[in-house]
Amino acid sequence: MDNIAGTKSSLTWAVHLATLALVLLWVFPTLGLFISSFRTVDQINTSGWWASMTASEQSEVLRTANPEEMRVADGDMFVVSGNLFEEGSEKVISTWGTSSLNISAYEAGDTADMGDDGTLTVQEDGSYVWRGTDEQISGRGERVFVTAKAPPEFTLANYEQVLLSGDSTDSMAKAFFNTLTVTIPATIIPIVVAAFAAYALAWMDFPGRALLIAMVVGLLVVPLQLALIPLLRLHLGIGIGKGYLGVWLAHTAFGLPLAIYLLRNYMVGLPRDIIENARVDGATDFQIFTKIILPLSFPALASFAIFQFLWTWNDLLVAKVFLIDASGDTTVMTNQIVELLGTRGGNWEILATAAFVSIAVPLVVFFAMQKYLVRGMLAGSVK
Amino acid sequence: MSPALQGLITILIGVGGCLGYFYFSNQLLDKVIFPGKGPNAGRNINRANQVRPWLFLLPAMLFLSLYLLYPVVETLRLSLTDRDAGGAFVGLTNYQNMFGEEKFWEAMRNNMLWLFVVPAASTAFGLLAAQLTDRIKWGAIAKSLIFMPMAISFVGASVIFRLIYVARPTDQAQIGVLNALWLQFEGGAGSFLVLKVLPAIVLLSFAAMVAYVGYILLKPFLGRGASYSTFGSVLRVAGLAGAGYLVVTSLWQVVEIFTTQLSYGEPQQWLTIPFYNNFFLMIVLIWIQTGFAMVILSAALRGIPEETVEAAIVDGANPFEVFFQVKVPQIMGTIVVVWTTITLVVLKIFDIVFAMTNGQWETQVLANYMFDKLFRANDWGVGSASAIVIMLLVSPILVWNVYNARKEMR
Repeated sequence: MDNIAGTKSSLTWAVHLATLALVLLWVFPTLGLFISSFRTVDQINTSGWWASMTASEQSEVLRTANPEEMRVADGDMFVVSGNLFEEGSEKVISTWGTSSLNISAYEAGDTADMGDDGTLTVQEDGSYVWRGTDEQISGRGERVFVTAKAPPEFTLANYEQVLLSGDSTDSMAKAFFNTLTVTIPATIIPIVVAAFAAYALAWMDFPGRALLIAMVVGLLVVPLQLALIPLLRLHLGIGIGKGYLGVWLAHTAFGLPLAIYLLRNYMVGLPRDIIENARVDGATDFQIFTKIILPLSFPALASFAIFQFLWTWNDLLVAKVFLIDASGDTTVMTNQIVELLGTRGGNWEILATAAFVSIAVPLVVFFAMQKYLVRGMLAGSVK
Repeated sequence: MSPALQGLITILIGVGGCLGYFYFSNQLLDKVIFPGKGPNAGRNINRANQVRPWLFLLPAMLFLSLYLLYPVVETLRLSLTDRDAGGAFVGLTNYQNMFGEEKFWEAMRNNMLWLFVVPAASTAFGLLAAQLTDRIKWGAIAKSLIFMPMAISFVGASVIFRLIYVARPTDQAQIGVLNALWLQFEGGAGSFLVLKVLPAIVLLSFAAMVAYVGYILLKPFLGRGASYSTFGSVLRVAGLAGAGYLVVTSLWQVVEIFTTQLSYGEPQQWLTIPFYNNFFLMIVLIWIQTGFAMVILSAALRGIPEETVEAAIVDGANPFEVFFQVKVPQIMGTIVVVWTTITLVVLKIFDIVFAMTNGQWETQVLANYMFDKLFRANDWGVGSASAIVIMLLVSPILVWNVYNARKEMR
């Protein structure tokens, strides 16, 4: 709308920059988690994730090769040479030392005179030459404290630990499948139940219809906190107890008001002619519903399905109350993460990876079905 | 039986059962109870059509009444009984106990703070994002990135933000962004500008904005003979009281900013600083809800008739005037809807507080207080009483929504 009056707004640049700033601000937190999940423990502990693209400085304690095995005679002296780092390492040494009291006593390339222990020269790439007399070059390998720049490095080890290790405290694999088991029935069943009710509220005439619609609108906002104790008592009372059946029923019921509301609003907007023609041709309500209304309502069904999927997948409270028992076998991912926050509060490589595993599926669904999500939101709240 | 298999069977039973129920109950109605044949065919068809809606509604009604209506009544009853005394009726004792507890008032205070800050900030950011992204080519991408946190669970978001707030001892590298930034300030002129002057300006402009809103609310009362409804007046007075409170608080905060000594150079445990830690928790929800506000408001902005904007530009309005005086008033209805929707989320907020602080360091909120009472203290009476408090806080919005829905259907 910039050019409506024929003048180009001088604000265009400001708009671009402001948008960019806003987007960066909003993406930044998630990006931090994502990048952290691919970093090693050492890297996470020595530098912020924003520095992961540049080389990070780390201090290490390394040891030269054992003189007993590796020393080579050189005239009347002995020499041990080799590389402090493992093969293929791309670390670059800046400073080093031979005592823990002064770990950066020498620059790379310097030669240190260690008195009784001979002389040691360490190069940037970690290669060293240790030279001395028979007596000096003996015993264990010499300790070297190096400060080296490590190039950016990313690893999948965290995902292996979280998904494949089977470690009972860290493992998300079981929780992942539990979440899936909760989510899928809890998404599909309310759709079926709500679709029939929405059809009745949209296209059938009966006394009390307006009242029922008002009731559904009212129930939309009833906090589910109210339902926790009475329903838990009910479940325990009729023998369902804590378990999948209970959580499926609860999710189905809590999702119904929104489902009925969304679907009814959509179905009311369908053209009246189609339905009346079908009636004239002798179709029953059941046939009209399954053959005409249901296929035409696909966008609304998809919208609700996404809502319900995201809600059940991300839910913590309902699962905690109706599903997770003392054995912990039926834990879901959100609960698992909260527990990790307690037991592994400082282990960011595990936490970040676990959290990312749990948000990956919703993110994929979100980006793939965004159109329907937006449509559902608009239908659900703009009046 | 493995849960996955059980799940599959449940889907089959659930979906198949529903479809089967609808099909066979319809058959039963049409063929057996009121057959559309024989001497009374006409009357029977009519009768069948009167019963049919209830067949369609039955499963949903069962679920709704058992899982949502019954609990409201039952929670109310439980809040008046004592579990330890075998469920004896104890009147308002539970409420008295709850009102006597400092933690409850802390939760109330914090919830009120959340109630003001989160919807306001989310709507404001959402409006900003909507207005910005509607004007540029890559707006769609920008929108979907700002919208993305909607898909992330509150727990996931809590982990994300704990990574931002994490603090480490002074001698180690800071891995939390906030502390890394904090350590850049050393107390010089730059720090004074960024940490004192800038927040003061932000707070003052916020106070000015609120005062302006208050003035708009006050205007009808100043004008003579203006007609207004009682309900509207009540809302206006409530709004005025809220605005007054906000103005006074923010002005007081400006004074505080200049008087407090900041401990430069020391990493901060952000989540343990009383009062301010509430804001660090709120940021998480604002981050999530802004996308929602943006999507709805952006649709509303696009629905504004262009003639009104054109007319304003022809009359010489600058872009800010166009936005605040032409566009915003036209989408006021939508802004209210967004505001109330986010308010509902805020009133029920649980996961974020549970995962980040669990109500420690004065960050308790009602839903978490209730969870504490129910499942840690095992005090169902007070737990139910606090659930009823949440319900009472929600009910104005409930009434308002039902009122609007009924108005619309007429």
